[in-house]
Amino acid sequence: MNTDHLIAAIAADGAATPPSIARRIAAALGIGGLIALVLFAQGLGVRPDIAVALQTWRFVVKVAIVLTSFTAALWATAHLARPDADQRQALAVLSLPLLMLAVAIGGELALSPASTWSAWAIGSNSRVCLFYIGLMAVAPLAALLAALRAGAPRSPALAGAVAGLLAGSLAASLYAIHCTDDSPLFVALWYPPPILLATLAGAVAGYRLLRW
Amino acid sequence: MTDRETHWAGLMRAAIRGDDGAYRRLLKEVAPVLRALASRGLARHNHGSEDVEDVVQETLLALHLKRSTWDERQPFSPWLYAIARNKLIDNLRRRGRQAHVAIDDIGELPGGEAPPAAELNGVDAARLISRLNGRQREIVVAVSVEGETARQVAERLGMTEGAVRVALHRALRALAKAFRTETP
Repeated sequence: MNTDHLIAAIAADGAATPPSIARRIAAALGIGGLIALVLFAQGLGVRPDIAVALQTWRFVVKVAIVLTSFTAALWATAHLARPDADQRQALAVLSLPLLMLAVAIGGELALSPASTWSAWAIGSNSRVCLFYIGLMAVAPLAALLAALRAGAPRSPALAGAVAGLLAGSLAASLYAIHCTDDSPLFVALWYPPPILLATLAGAVAGYRLLRW
Repeated sequence: MTDRETHWAGLMRAAIRGDDGAYRRLLKEVAPVLRALASRGLARHNHGSEDVEDVVQETLLALHLKRSTWDERQPFSPWLYAIARNKLIDNLRRRGRQAHVAIDDIGELPGGEAPPAAELNGVDAARLISRLNGRQREIVVAVSVEGETARQVAERLGMTEGAVRVALHRALRALAKAFRTETP
């Protein structure tokens, strides 16, 4: 079979397009997010004082940070699925939530007396935080990896890692509306470990599954 | 170059809307450009020309199987060359050459025309096609070498046209995988 023959075979298969990669990612988030939501509803639930919490800067900033992380990771995941992706641009976008977190930490340190810092950071809920963010990230990550197999990433490991970050951010966003520890110090200490674990799992799985 | 970009992007858009003729034209037009790129890329790594057609065929298969990653609002050529670069690197890696291909190396169109390809054609693809199962091979050969339509193949083999299309698509995916897992 020469190249002309191959072209004939490809043309016979036709180009009428399969679902775009963006749509596949959206579907994966829908399915994975639904499973995470069921886990959330079963095990956690929205904090009862949410109306009061919404009046406090710590809670609002916390939710803003996790949602920014989610949005940045979503954009980067869709971007990195393409072969012509600009990887540096994607990494720059991903630094946005870290920047917000740094500013929030600065605010906390400026506003609250040093004697309260360790209490803010340790919080009351850290073990639940570690466990549930990790647990709720599993299904979204699996669904995202399945969707990304239709992609053509320049770096399969990086694409998988960012999918893990997206799954972790989704889980963290849900967890944030349950948890009553709102200080940026708590967020900085306890949210990253499970999210980074999901990121690492995504990198390893991506390296194996997303080659094309 | 801009003319070519507009022309190719137009063909690809038409192809995605279901115009198989436009798709075939596009594939035929990009093949010599991909051949020139592959030839240059392999030569730069002191690699003979015997793999050129492999890289071209792998790139065409990836163009096809990964076409959903092309965003219609983005230019077509950079997307295509990114795939070509990936497939060149894959090929070099499989052969254990040091694969370092700078983005700039392949971002521009080659100045010269494509090298002659006739004598390079399809040595490896012939081996790879033997890895397809019997029905897949029969269908691929019918539509490519014999030039039959999916409907004609369906009638001859007593299958539905849809089943022929599914088998053909699976065969193309199997071919891409065979390239990927091939040991030199």
